[in-house]
Amino acid sequence: MGTLVEEIFSRKAGRQVQAGEIVLLDVDYIMSHDNTTPLAIKAFREIGKPILDKSRIVIHLDHAYPAPNVLAAENHKKIIEFVKEQELPNLLHQGVCHQVMIEEGFITPGAIVIGADSHSNTYGAMGAFGAGLGSTEIGVAWVTGKCWFKVPETIRVELSGQTQAGVYAKDVMIHIAGLLGMDGGTYRSVEFGGEYIANLPMHERIVFPNMSTEIGAKCGLIAADEVTINYLENETPARRRVLSESKDPFEALHPINPRYERILEIDVSALTPQVACHPDVDNVKPLTEVEGLDVHEVYIGTCTNARYEDLEIVANMLKDKKVNPLVRVIVTPASDRIYKKALKNGLIEILMDAGCTVTGSGCGACIGRHGGILAPGERALTTMNRNFIGRMGSPLSEIYLASPATAAATALTGKITDPRGILV
Amino acid sequence: MGKAWTFGENMNTDEIIPGRYNITIDPVELAKNVFCEVKPEYAKTVKPGDVIVGGQNFGCGSSREHAPIAIKGSQAKCIIAPSFARIFFRNAINIGLPILECPEAVADITEGDDVDVNLSTGEIFNRANGHRYQARALPDFVLKIAEAGGIVNFLKTHDIQDLLN
Ligand code: SF4
Repeated sequence: MGTLVEEIFSRKAGRQVQAGEIVLLDVDYIMSHDNTTPLAIKAFREIGKPILDKSRIVIHLDHAYPAPNVLAAENHKKIIEFVKEQELPNLLHQGVCHQVMIEEGFITPGAIVIGADSHSNTYGAMGAFGAGLGSTEIGVAWVTGKCWFKVPETIRVELSGQTQAGVYAKDVMIHIAGLLGMDGGTYRSVEFGGEYIANLPMHERIVFPNMSTEIGAKCGLIAADEVTINYLENETPARRRVLSESKDPFEALHPINPRYERILEIDVSALTPQVACHPDVDNVKPLTEVEGLDVHEVYIGTCTNARYEDLEIVANMLKDKKVNPLVRVIVTPASDRIYKKALKNGLIEILMDAGCTVTGSGCGACIGRHGGILAPGERALTTMNRNFIGRMGSPLSEIYLASPATAAATALTGKITDPRGILV
Repeated sequence: MGKAWTFGENMNTDEIIPGRYNITIDPVELAKNVFCEVKPEYAKTVKPGDVIVGGQNFGCGSSREHAPIAIKGSQAKCIIAPSFARIFFRNAINIGLPILECPEAVADITEGDDVDVNLSTGEIFNRANGHRYQARALPDFVLKIAEAGGIVNFLKTHDIQDLLN
């Protein structure tokens, strides 16, 4: 009995747990990437004990891959040597860690997955508990297979209605970030549900738990349902969960008589495209209020919005058109799998013909290391999840967050543009 | 007994220790530059046992562990704040830096006050004005980690299960 996070934790603990309790739980997978693995290796070496279960460790090279400088190259080298030394089976460099975790089937309903990355919350889209932690804890989990958690209180976000054409999950989530604020979800589990979510395909659902990080949440969750199970069966390789071998690996847990700290009800029907404006994710405005603002770069990428369907929206809008030649329009598919599908179905050609620069998959320009760094005084409109000052390069640049459709419309004009006038 | 050092709201990890100093993870080295932009005198004159009194959402920003490591390296006894950012909260506990949530104390303590903190009971005593405040007692497992000097040290001699036993 309890909220979704209480249900997931209770199943793992083998007893009923409640918000406020401290629990020590087995984790199914332990994720880290090129930025955070070196420190985890250091903690691991200091502890001086062996890895408990190598198959549960997943390491990605995605944040600065292929290496854009010597420091990044050294990190990669260090990680690859460690993987070799410990004979770890899961070293991946097929795209942004969170997307690859999901599409490779590491994430299943009811699982507990920790990651040395703040957007590990993303896994909540599959009905799994995903949370970001520091590197030391990753090293600890390698050795112990466990992690301590304070069972969080839950904020339920109940979404009803259907969005209008040109309005997407991203617009809804940006709107929620504006309502709850940057620390509105701190320590909390944010549970997204209701009729709107029930009707949403997986690629749109992922946006909500992904950006629950932006409101400080410990995790963002969507209860697994038919959409989740179909996605797992059709889109991911069969991979049994490491733990709970005897249990149904696709166990779809739901809240049962939950006690929520707060319920936020939103009807999405009247919502228009939204933009999170420089410099805070909760500085949210309807697009119409910032329409016409000049941009220097449009970046379509990241774990938030660079899935196949996102690229499809963009390609449909840019087909047989040209983006503004004075604007750098960069498209970074979230994963190689997405890239290949987009290539096969002709989307990449459409994007390139329109004047976009398509890069290899990964985090790309998201953290200002490579693939589209901003100069002082420049402004970017992107499909990313955060707009911290200086995140994409110069601290004197500005980042505006929006949907892929808004990004495509803006790419055509070079000014922040409402996609509703351009959608076909 | 220790001197109180007060800080504002939403103190982020970059204000605690700017990114350019994060090339090391040595606590003593990091401590030399802790709060260097917001309160340069801190690193120069802090004494073991001094207490950090922060504002709402202390430690927000990146998940890097350098920030709590730098504060611990400065030998501050603990941090008192009305609330902490989530990953900072965990990182602080795991590296053995005690943190106490107590809005009443934060509202009433001013910089330089002589403050006594009993970590196991959560009692905070401000000698400067004689006021007492009660933070929630730290859970036993947090004290165990703090006593060991962090979770890494704890695991050298214990099983993780011992945390909750
Ligand atoms: S795409 Fe951006 S937000 Fe996502 S994991 Fe990479 S750096 Fe983080």
